[in-house]
Amino acid sequence: MGEAALKLAPEESLLTVNNIEVVYDDVILVLRGVSLDVPKGKIVTLLGPNGAGKSTTLKAISGLLATEDGEVTRGAVSFMGENIANRAPEEIVRRGIFQVMEGRRIIEDMTVGENLRLGAFTRKDGAAAIRDDIDLVYSYFPRLKERTGLAGYLSGGEQQMLAIGRALMARPKMILLDEPSMGLSPLLVKEVFGIIEQLNKDLGITILLVEQNARMALKVADYGYIMESGKIVLDGTKDELVNNEDVKEFYLGGDKERKSFKNLKSYKRRKRWL
Amino acid sequence: MTSNLLVQLLINGLIVGTLYGVVAMCFVLIYKSTQVVNFAQGEFLLIGAWACWWMVVEAALPFWLAFPLTFAFMMAFGVILQMVVLRPLIGEPIISVIMVTIGLSIFFQAVTKWIFGADVQPFPEIFPVKSVDVFGLQVQPAYLMSLVVSLLIMAGFAWFFKYSRMGLAMRATAFNQQVAQSLGISVKAVFAMAWAISAMVSALAGVVVGIVNGVSGALSFFGIKVFPAVIVGGLDSVIGAIVGGLIIGVLENMAEYVDGQWLQLGNLYSVAPFYVLIVILMIKPYGLFGTKNIERV
Repeated sequence: MGEAALKLAPEESLLTVNNIEVVYDDVILVLRGVSLDVPKGKIVTLLGPNGAGKSTTLKAISGLLATEDGEVTRGAVSFMGENIANRAPEEIVRRGIFQVMEGRRIIEDMTVGENLRLGAFTRKDGAAAIRDDIDLVYSYFPRLKERTGLAGYLSGGEQQMLAIGRALMARPKMILLDEPSMGLSPLLVKEVFGIIEQLNKDLGITILLVEQNARMALKVADYGYIMESGKIVLDGTKDELVNNEDVKEFYLGGDKERKSFKNLKSYKRRKRWL
Repeated sequence: MTSNLLVQLLINGLIVGTLYGVVAMCFVLIYKSTQVVNFAQGEFLLIGAWACWWMVVEAALPFWLAFPLTFAFMMAFGVILQMVVLRPLIGEPIISVIMVTIGLSIFFQAVTKWIFGADVQPFPEIFPVKSVDVFGLQVQPAYLMSLVVSLLIMAGFAWFFKYSRMGLAMRATAFNQQVAQSLGISVKAVFAMAWAISAMVSALAGVVVGIVNGVSGALSFFGIKVFPAVIVGGLDSVIGAIVGGLIIGVLENMAEYVDGQWLQLGNLYSVAPFYVLIVILMIKPYGLFGTKNIERV
């Protein structure tokens, strides 16, 4: 397991995470040899329970790990053939990877327009091109255009849209999305995921998606990885995962007989994937 | 006559108040973007004033050239100070960094005394007239210049933070450093910039006060006056800094008036701002404009 690179060999890989180990504060081992592969132009999802290390994996890729006293101590993160592990986050953004952090993290005391302009911070292609892209973002998220006040007063869904729009402003090759469904109503989740799929199709942006909402994530993804306790425990194409009995049981909610939560937990503990 | 004096003091207060406001703004700039309370703010005035004095008196440069050169020098000074002294302290407890700024303050006091001596050195005559008549009031030309330059700087700040790419980046960093980094902003560059702008703009106040009162170590006391201004306005508000500066400027001149007319206590001028500081801290510890975070319910 975890040798996804072999299965995806014919496709061009944009990002390869090779057996990385991540340590926080020099002592806390969080990732224990995570490998994954994101082919160019695809949507890959990373699923797993709380505390599995999904967000840490994203931060190891985007370089934001350093802001939390974390470090990649082993392995490599190669993006377009170059190792970017432990590089400064601003350099990684310049190279074309943009992370939309968990909880949206828009700048609340700025307007929508200012947030979007900040997304284009690393770009050097002039104000006109940036203005065009702001219009492009508004074409995907028309309701953002109507919001003239501070971004802090936007609804949760609008903030998520702004966070994704801000990522687009950087013209990234790849977006790392950390739980875009968090705190959104089912209807909004559907809308946001629809847009994610559309952005991938229209603009060819490669997406690595971390989600708790496995059902939704597997709907849009081409390929998926499942993480537990700092390791990849299962991976496969969308169809393989959707039809996998364990995935059905633990992540999609088994539709056969309903188990009580207590029994489910102990069953899960016994099984532990591997 | 007394009402004339009152108006005169009011005008003085407003003009000195804008200067306080400008320096307070510089102080807030550093606090907002780097979370450092800079106790060496007053020394920026001192160093700026001495640099300008040196260029005018020792290097015999014309003032119109020395003034912008002082700005350039202070900008470089701010960047170097941040890179050499403060950058290695990133990630250290904030109290250590504050202690270092207190150390810097003492250090710069001593160094300027060592280089330029402890005596007050007057600027040569920069302006041809001692005072100009504005609507029947006597105003020192240096103050008039400071008023114009201060207002320009305030407008510049407003533009910078609203429209420029670096200004937005500084606001983003002030909001949350991790978010700023996720957008590709180099937090180190923002920190250096904050110190550079702060040192540069503070020097303006130093030069103006130096022209009026002469240059000496007493100048850094001006920086201490900025604390009441900043506290009144709210530590993290740029607008608050300006308003706070104006309030303190007017207040100390009014205190002077009240003192001179009735109380005869003497020296109320320099003490009054600190009484206000205490009162504000008791009743409104976040100041008039201290920002509250947006809470969405």
